[in-house]
Amino acid sequence: MERLTELVTGHKIPVGQGAEWVFDWLTAYAGALFNALAAGMQAMIDAILFVLTAPHPFAVIAAFMALAYALQRRVLISAGIGLGFLFILNQGYWHETMQSLTLVLAACVVCMGLGVPIGIALAHRPRLYAWVRPLLDLMQTLPTFVYLIPAIVFFGIGMVPGLIATVIFVLPAPIRLTQLGIASTPAALREAAVAFGATPRQLLWKVEMPSALPQIMTGLNQTIMLSLSMVVIAALVGASGLGVPVVRALNSVNTALGFESGLVIVVVAIMLDRLLRFRRTS
Amino acid sequence: MNAIEFDNCSVIFGGRPDRSLDLADEGLDRAAIEEATGQVMGVHDATLEVAEGEIVVLMGLSGSGKSTLLRAVNGLNPVARGDVRVRMGDQMISVPAASRDMLHRLRLNHVSMVFQQFGLLPWRSVADNVGLGMELAGIAKAQRRSRVAAQLATVGLEGWADRQVQELSGGMQQRVGLARAFATEAPILLMDEPFSALDPLIRTRLQDELMELQRQTRRSILFVSHDLDEAFKLGNRIALMEGGRIVQTGTARQIIADPVSDYVADFVAHMNPLDVLTAGDLSARGAGGRAGAGPQAEEAPLSADTPLRQVLAALAEREALPVQGGGVVRRADVLRRLTGR
Repeated sequence: MERLTELVTGHKIPVGQGAEWVFDWLTAYAGALFNALAAGMQAMIDAILFVLTAPHPFAVIAAFMALAYALQRRVLISAGIGLGFLFILNQGYWHETMQSLTLVLAACVVCMGLGVPIGIALAHRPRLYAWVRPLLDLMQTLPTFVYLIPAIVFFGIGMVPGLIATVIFVLPAPIRLTQLGIASTPAALREAAVAFGATPRQLLWKVEMPSALPQIMTGLNQTIMLSLSMVVIAALVGASGLGVPVVRALNSVNTALGFESGLVIVVVAIMLDRLLRFRRTS
Repeated sequence: MNAIEFDNCSVIFGGRPDRSLDLADEGLDRAAIEEATGQVMGVHDATLEVAEGEIVVLMGLSGSGKSTLLRAVNGLNPVARGDVRVRMGDQMISVPAASRDMLHRLRLNHVSMVFQQFGLLPWRSVADNVGLGMELAGIAKAQRRSRVAAQLATVGLEGWADRQVQELSGGMQQRVGLARAFATEAPILLMDEPFSALDPLIRTRLQDELMELQRQTRRSILFVSHDLDEAFKLGNRIALMEGGRIVQTGTARQIIADPVSDYVADFVAHMNPLDVLTAGDLSARGAGGRAGAGPQAEEAPLSADTPLRQVLAALAEREALPVQGGGVVRRADVLRRLTGR
């Protein structure tokens, strides 16, 4: 028995060293790629942040209310969003909220921009999807702190590594939901379109995408909610925003600060959810 | 001229079909072939023509291969062996050998289809569904609108153009399906049990409407049905299928008069004879001047193609009636025939 134990524990499989070796190799040879990526993402973050922070808060609030009405056609939702923002302004978290919104929006752009095309491609290749699924599981279940380490190594401290960590965690959601939506397009609808002469591209845009739209919009909603859940973790790698006061409150055991900033995050989450809830007009 | 020709057409699902085809040639049935090769024999050795302007009904129990054969016409199902040819203008095009581009044009302009479950896009309005074929062909929106409006009028759906499809009843949805198929102006129409999902009253009405549309536009229609009465009502000719093979082809009356097998005879036994059988079918042969016919001698004779429904009405008054060209229909004979030989 002892010898058996020794056999198992005698030679440790070098998982940790392996990962380290990969990351070292990437920093050594793919540094330029990461720098370019970082620069691109930093530019996007700066642009979004500028749009959100340059105008007077009331102008931003009005714009969000108008957007809410345009999307949902309900005065109540529009008014609720206005009240939510006024509450945030009242609590003195306006700037942090805009920084977190920037992170969420940037994550949305990247995740939907990558997730929807990848989801479509996987839906059309069921066998590839079977291979990719474990990778998606890994991205979602690997503790977030673990991939914060290489994120810092590659991208330093700030909003960009926060964004990267967020994207890795969130990306599987839009991929999965898009794949589900496209793959569950009723075969009868596909067949009807093909019988009337649809090309593969027409089939995608005129049948599969409209049919998958509810799932894709759920994917967007999930992307936003999951991104928001990452703001505290992003704060650990130096991303500014609502996570910063939460982390500070935790470190100084400051109940008041913790609840204030926590509640603001909840308010932001509710507002974004209501803003982008998808209802099929029937 | 033929619109569609099936030439010893076989459809096998799942992988290379060589061995399954050999087994099918030996006469094995679908279950035996699946056990031996794991492949599903959809249709084997089907030969059939649809003439221009004709309605041919593929009939059989579910799983007999009707829909499978139908789907070979526009390439939705691959043909393992044999050939399917479809008329495109002056020439017959082989569907299995057609290039992708040719198949695309065939589907856009020459063959359209109506589905059992309608196959309408539920997020689109009625008009946008009817215009689907034209939209896929890249026809401009303005031109589409007028053709869609005209087509909706022919199926009695004026004023419904901007409704969502889901708001419509089943019968109206299938009218949209018909309008969509007619809108491409394809001369060949494939109909896959289009009326089976509808309740009987609506079904009858749509059958009548289809016959009216057919009178106006004369398309070549391949129609799949498991309903014998529907087949006899609509079909100029009927092809009866069993287990993936065509077992008999002919007009309704030929099939009734001379069923080739017990399967066909069984099938035909359950039909409603009122609109199919005629005075000619029921008349006692060569009995023009027999005793007992006397009192009816001065009656105007029935024409031989008077449907049974009218013969019965006439026989309500009398025991027997003469038929043009000789022969007599007797009430007792008709009753005996109807209650099962």
